[in-house]
Amino acid sequence: MKDKFLKPAASGGLLDRRTFLLSGLALSSAYPLTAIAQTVGTNFPQWMKTPGRDASAYGGPSSHEAHIQRHLEKNTPETAIFSIWPTPLANQRGIITPSGLHFTVSHNGIPNIDPEKHQLMIHGLVDKPLKFDVETLLRYPMVSNIHFLECAGNTAPNAVSFTALDQDCQALFGQISGSEWVGVPLKYLLQEAGLKPSAKWVIVEGADGGSHARSIPLEKLLDDAIIALYQNGERLRPEQGYPMRLFLPGWEGNANVKWVHRLEVTDKPAFTKDESGLYSDILSDGKIQRFSFHMDVKSVITNPSGKQVLPEKKGFYEISGLAWSGHGKIKQVEVSADGGLTWAKAHLDQPVLSKSLTRFHIPWQWQGEATTILSRATDEQGNRQPTREQWREKYASYSFNHYNAIQAWHIDQEGVVRNVYA
Amino acid sequence: MFMPKLQSLLIRQKYMACFFLLLFLSTLTVNVFADQPEPAFKIDLGKINLGQPLSLSEIEKYSITVSPDGKHLPKGQGSVANGRELYNNQCKMCHGESGIEGPAARLAGTNGWISFSDPLRILRIKEYPVLLISVGGMWPYASSIFDYIRRAMPHYAPKSLSNDQVYALTAYLLYLNELVDEKTILDQRSLLKIKMPSHIESVKNKNNDHH
Repeated sequence: MKDKFLKPAASGGLLDRRTFLLSGLALSSAYPLTAIAQTVGTNFPQWMKTPGRDASAYGGPSSHEAHIQRHLEKNTPETAIFSIWPTPLANQRGIITPSGLHFTVSHNGIPNIDPEKHQLMIHGLVDKPLKFDVETLLRYPMVSNIHFLECAGNTAPNAVSFTALDQDCQALFGQISGSEWVGVPLKYLLQEAGLKPSAKWVIVEGADGGSHARSIPLEKLLDDAIIALYQNGERLRPEQGYPMRLFLPGWEGNANVKWVHRLEVTDKPAFTKDESGLYSDILSDGKIQRFSFHMDVKSVITNPSGKQVLPEKKGFYEISGLAWSGHGKIKQVEVSADGGLTWAKAHLDQPVLSKSLTRFHIPWQWQGEATTILSRATDEQGNRQPTREQWREKYASYSFNHYNAIQAWHIDQEGVVRNVYA
Repeated sequence: MFMPKLQSLLIRQKYMACFFLLLFLSTLTVNVFADQPEPAFKIDLGKINLGQPLSLSEIEKYSITVSPDGKHLPKGQGSVANGRELYNNQCKMCHGESGIEGPAARLAGTNGWISFSDPLRILRIKEYPVLLISVGGMWPYASSIFDYIRRAMPHYAPKSLSNDQVYALTAYLLYLNELVDEKTILDQRSLLKIKMPSHIESVKNKNNDHH
């Protein structure tokens, strides 16, 4: 590539995001011809000289990628009472998380539900209490949308730890994933049951051992909520709520009740276990804020990110990451490669969808010096990520939910990437 | 909710009623899908009607959610003394001797762990950052304690306790939080009178406005 295309966009080696879009990559096809051996086979690897295996009934990743897995988060007791399995975010590209790698959090383990015995019940402040079995729900009109799902406690270590822990992108940011979710708009079912005028909330309950329950405002359920039956083209995985889950675009993971079996329509919230304690926020003055459902605008650079080592001192890299907002579409992502002194706009990959992961990237020529890289996202409502200091001012020192501050990764002269507070 | 409007139309313009009814039905079909990406076809929702009637006896079997106003709170009673015995046999191994030791979620103490002046607080936060929120420090209503024990506890055998046992354990948890005395016997009426400390700390969420 010629120098005339390398346009700096900010200091620290950030290049204009359009560099490659404008120039294209001229790939050389001038491979030298090697001397002809006795058979051409001598020059080829083993897998080009034998027939391959047959396909399997349900495919899996390459054995060389078998180490790309979720890991049980060690900061919780090793029991299914409360287990967190974050997704390996830095090993993924695009905006869809493979279903088997989608992060999962459960508070009472994963039930083994017989779909033929599972029913969705609707009762309470309705004209006609109704029940729907799985086969019946599969006959309803469905919608399909690509959305992120994020646990309210994603990135909690950076919210509460006094010093930045040396953790990777998976441990710090892995409680977010993106999928295509397909299901029946809940408003069809609620309208079929007929809502009484006093109906304002719905207590949504799962069919797991702990009967996980959350109180959800009716207006959200009549807006874009679905009873999800499919994820990424196949029926839900048990870890995601098979045979059905509530899906609330842009709202905290815990409210997206898995294994959903009962909707009780009420006039006020029930103050269930999770909305009473763990999923409340404590403000800096000690007051407790409940029912904070939206996941705010947030972003993270996934490459390079914590615990990675840049393979070559100095040289070209592409900074790439994810941005999302529970309030709508991502409008812009800015990246800094000089510790936040200067910023440049990153390129946003299409599609940029509402309440979905958005992939951003920007070319970067690393000068080989120690530096800190950061990303900050703005959504279409004008919400912009706060600094960690600004976020901390709002909450008590031990409040950890809904952390969405700007993330910083430090890169030392050896190319070692480390989580830091900017 | 459209009925009053429709009725007045029928009274004033009875000859035009059929026309207006048709007009109204056609707008309803469009409005229902207005906020959602449209399915490939439009249907009258009134004609899906695939849901089966849910009987009162089925509803009663599953209605376990107890509201702060006492809805679905069953009759029964339990003492702190009975609760202590149940706790020591079935709960202590996960929640600790006095409900603060863990490893499972804290049942007693202030929001900031055992206390804000706990000298080991930093170490504890580092070890279990998400489990420091205690029932006594955060939960605004005692009805939620009854509700959660009955639906989910003990972890290895949820829904195995009788209503009286759940009242007894609720009483013992309130005792561990110094909200009732040792001689308390908790029942339907007295449980609803308990004022949890965090009730007065609760604030409306300005960003979401859902409370």
